[in-house]
Amino acid sequence: MATKSLKARHKELANTQRQLEILSNGIFRDGDLPYFKDKIAEIGMFPLKPRKLEVLQINVGYMCNQVCEHCHVDAGPDRKEIMTQETMELCLEVIRNTGAHTLDLTGGAPEMNPNFRWFVEEAAKAGIQDFIVRSNLTIIKANKKYQDLPEFFKKFNIHVVSSMPHYTRGKTDKQRGEGVFDKSIAALQELNAVGYGMPDSPLRLDLVYNPSGAYLPADQSALERDFKKALLEDFNIQFHNLFAITNLPISRFLDYLIASENYEDYMISLVDAYNPAAVQNVMCTNTISVSWDGWLYDCDFNQMLGLKVGSKVKHIKDYNEEVLNNRNIVISQHCYGCTAGAGSSCQGTVA
Amino acid sequence: MANTYYEPADLRKFGKITEWSEELGTKFFDYYNKVFEEGALSAREKSLIALAVAHVVKCPYCIDAYTKDGLQRGITKEEMMEAVHAGAAIESGATLVHGVQMMNKYNKLSM
Repeated sequence: MATKSLKARHKELANTQRQLEILSNGIFRDGDLPYFKDKIAEIGMFPLKPRKLEVLQINVGYMCNQVCEHCHVDAGPDRKEIMTQETMELCLEVIRNTGAHTLDLTGGAPEMNPNFRWFVEEAAKAGIQDFIVRSNLTIIKANKKYQDLPEFFKKFNIHVVSSMPHYTRGKTDKQRGEGVFDKSIAALQELNAVGYGMPDSPLRLDLVYNPSGAYLPADQSALERDFKKALLEDFNIQFHNLFAITNLPISRFLDYLIASENYEDYMISLVDAYNPAAVQNVMCTNTISVSWDGWLYDCDFNQMLGLKVGSKVKHIKDYNEEVLNNRNIVISQHCYGCTAGAGSSCQGTVA
Repeated sequence: MANTYYEPADLRKFGKITEWSEELGTKFFDYYNKVFEEGALSAREKSLIALAVAHVVKCPYCIDAYTKDGLQRGITKEEMMEAVHAGAAIESGATLVHGVQMMNKYNKLSM
């Protein structure tokens, strides 16, 4: 398993332009599979337009203590892109005035941003309804300075959403790295100990499942049932909901698909599983994604592909929700990942 | 025309059998889909049974389909291999139990 990002390894797919070329060439250019644009045009959804803004998702940096094989951010310890306090100030101004009910902090490991705690404290003052931090769990066990994170999250009533690819050690470590499973289990137990994830507890703890390979997730509720049973029986761990997320064919996952000769079959699976009902609720229709350097995107995936919003407002310093809400959403073939089966988003299935 | 009997891409075309016999094809797929729904057995358990049978009937399409289905459901490789052994044990048992017939015949014919 690699211990460095594609960027640090100077791999071809660290180049977003190259990724976009791949996603538009091959089986799509040959006409074997339809372009996403044509597919949604069939149901009158092109151009894709936003609905009401509900989620403001802020990526506070690509640095991470893990180098997961499927990571669409290409995050890792070697990534130096970290949101500065100045950009955070601009974000806070937006958070105080947004119509969105959910603030979603992601990364990398968001906790590794040196101003993370200050930012959370300031953002919490805005009284946003649902304040999510996407935590990879192992960060809590990575270093002494992170050990009190469960208490910190509790203090600000943070909704913790954590990745957990499987309830067995083998599958988890294969995707996320040696030792990740044991650390994740210990972190979940600590979150439970302060009240997170317990039945009827207002401290929300949800898990994110994404497949460890070139296949789509099965039914989210069935997976949730299996995860709940196994984690409770084996480790006495409880959590609220499981979000099943499809891996999108970008960045490290795209690199894996190509290297393992699964790319075409995976794209066929995504297109075959295309569900028009999922298009109505794809997350880019209710989300704005902000990058570490303040640029605005339709979603975290577009951010990683360098596809900025199609609006004259492109940066947080010029943020204007009304103007942004009139934009056309930027799409490419990776979008099939969000419309396959029951659909996929950072909040799980959508259809 | 492919020059091999099995073409992996043909699995995706399975639904096309309905084009040449709509009534039977539709009835078959309705039945098939109904069988694999959650019931007294979970869809997960049925997926493992399907994987075992796929090996016994040696259907490469079904093996591909139910290995992928198992992965999607979070079924582990240990569970999959046990299912394959369950199928193989029944299949070899079915051969071996005929050994009793051989023994009976042997004994009948022998003085």
